[in-house]
Amino acid sequence: MDAEAAKFLGAGLAAVGIGLAALGVGNVFGSFLEAALRNPAAADSQQGRLFIGFAAAELLGLLAFVVAVILLFVA
Amino acid sequence: MAAESGKIDPMHQFQVEPLFGRDWTIAGHSIAFTNSSLWMLLTLLAIWLFMLGGMKRDLVPGRWQVAVEGVTGFITNMMDSNIGPAGRKFVPYVFSLFMFILVANLLGLLPFGIIPGVHPFTVTSHLTVTGVLAVVSFAIVLVVGFARHGFHFFSLFVPHGAPWWMMPILVPVEFVSFMVRPFSLALRLFVAMTAGHILLKVLAGFVINGLNAEAVWVAPLVSLPSLFLMIGISALELLVAAIQAYVFALLTSLYLNDAVNLH
Repeated sequence: MDAEAAKFLGAGLAAVGIGLAALGVGNVFGSFLEAALRNPAAADSQQGRLFIGFAAAELLGLLAFVVAVILLFVA
Repeated sequence: MAAESGKIDPMHQFQVEPLFGRDWTIAGHSIAFTNSSLWMLLTLLAIWLFMLGGMKRDLVPGRWQVAVEGVTGFITNMMDSNIGPAGRKFVPYVFSLFMFILVANLLGLLPFGIIPGVHPFTVTSHLTVTGVLAVVSFAIVLVVGFARHGFHFFSLFVPHGAPWWMMPILVPVEFVSFMVRPFSLALRLFVAMTAGHILLKVLAGFVINGLNAEAVWVAPLVSLPSLFLMIGISALELLVAAIQAYVFALLTSLYLNDAVNLH
């Protein structure tokens, strides 16, 4: 396999990580909604934590995207 | 984009080009007025107009004043709940940060590309810009932390209630998680905006190339779904633009809370 093909394969594999981050982000919002429906009075006060969790989960997916872009355009 | 032979070039939109002053230099560094500078100025102009229309201090506020007070109240609330009374001092900084990122993100999404020769430029899609914003936030955290607590600020790296023999593991981990903050802050905003704009440009390329294709069935089968997907993704990008500005301001306020209150 030549290096160019390996690069594209690696970028494609890195894209799998973005899908996994989608699971994480969905889990964050899904769990929040589940808990918010049980106790709607406490939901608003936890919105900051919701977005911290979202930011952390999203960052890891964006890192996968950065790996893919670096493989395609820089490496 | 969509240059010769219908090739999609989604990275062209991020190119920084000098508009005038191509040969202005200071000590060998170019200080040309680029499209990035232009869109930063437009961002500031938009914020200025927005604030100018709303800072009237009327007892019964009009619509515009309610809009401005809504944003300032939003940021003030966030600082109050995250930092407490000491957070009021940082409201102007976090408000400026939030407004700059929000308006820059939204201006970058404007569909000016349909006018020939005019390209919207997303200022926040460059790591240099978001990096400077993140470094400023991080520097304020360091300055505030050391000014308020002196060398006691280093107790930030020692979690409460942890047994002493865990310290050799916990302190380096806490230190790394502290030092990585400006990078994660800058990277999140930059990549979120870049990824969204690449996606939009690739879909736009599908629409154009589908219309230009020789086979007749390509246009309704490829261009039309791509166009609808683009509309949906544009709405999503508006949401992302607001969320990223909010997350940047929220994380800045949390880091300031560490510096002001030490856990």
